[in-house]
Amino acid sequence: MSPELLQQILFYLFGTIAIGSGMAVVSVRNTVYSALFLVLCFFNVAVLWLLIEAEFLAIILVLVYVGAVMVLFLFVIMMLDVKKVTKSQLKSGYTRAALLIAAAMLVELIMLFGYRLQNQLPADELIRQGLEYSNVTEIGRTLFTDYVYPFEVAGVILLVAIVAAIMLTIRKRPENKQIDASKQIHVNPADRIRVLSMDAEKGNGEDA
Amino acid sequence: MSLTLSHYLIFSTLLFMVSLGGIFANRRNLLVVLMSLELLLLSVNTNFIAFSKFLGHVDGQVFVFFILTVAAAEAAIGLAILVMLFRNKKSLEVDDINELEG
Repeated sequence: MSPELLQQILFYLFGTIAIGSGMAVVSVRNTVYSALFLVLCFFNVAVLWLLIEAEFLAIILVLVYVGAVMVLFLFVIMMLDVKKVTKSQLKSGYTRAALLIAAAMLVELIMLFGYRLQNQLPADELIRQGLEYSNVTEIGRTLFTDYVYPFEVAGVILLVAIVAAIMLTIRKRPENKQIDASKQIHVNPADRIRVLSMDAEKGNGEDA
Repeated sequence: MSLTLSHYLIFSTLLFMVSLGGIFANRRNLLVVLMSLELLLLSVNTNFIAFSKFLGHVDGQVFVFFILTVAAAEAAIGLAILVMLFRNKKSLEVDDINELEG
């Protein structure tokens, strides 16, 4: 078997599973199953990325998406205790509209790729790199030279996301002995101590 | 005949349509809408990587890196909003969240 044929077979195999599990994500009734199908879809798309030698991003997809984001999804699903939907809640009108919109956009895109851009798409074969080529090195070099400023901004975005997620989900408990920092800062001495002016007491036993 | 750019473009188009249809058809669960959004971003990323590889520019892959970062942040904040919503409304159905309140 030639390597080209093997690549084709792998592409069709994993591509079919990816699209099938994508369909399962949007149509399965249990939300936990839909999250697990999404994990399957991510794994299959990672294989497709590996087939055109985007190794770094394929591994990042598995580590970050399957390892972190999907685990977060599963935690939230189990925390929220979502009810299983019944058949009557799936309204057929929306499904028909969705199919119509998706089909219309599919036709448009196929027309775009098939007719309009037919001679403008690069139809070349993929340039296979040698053994000494490192995908990680090349991405890293570009990331830390040309894109170093967006890289820093991405870090700030993640920090903002952390703070926002914590602030949104934090819950104040009444039995908590937590002190309000703003109240502490804005305290006034006048609220705490009251200075009274009184006449001094006389005759403390010395005169007598 | 080996893998060409069209293979990847058609694949990501199909995945995009599946997830887009999922967003429109889904009226039961906000979680599934969020998951469809992740699928949408995945198909866009596949396009980016395919073009980057077949045109021989590494910049497309750097962009995918940034999209993954932003998508992770988006998922975290979206899920946090969802948790808050569930605490207030005791429901995640899309039809239950169609009102604006001060």
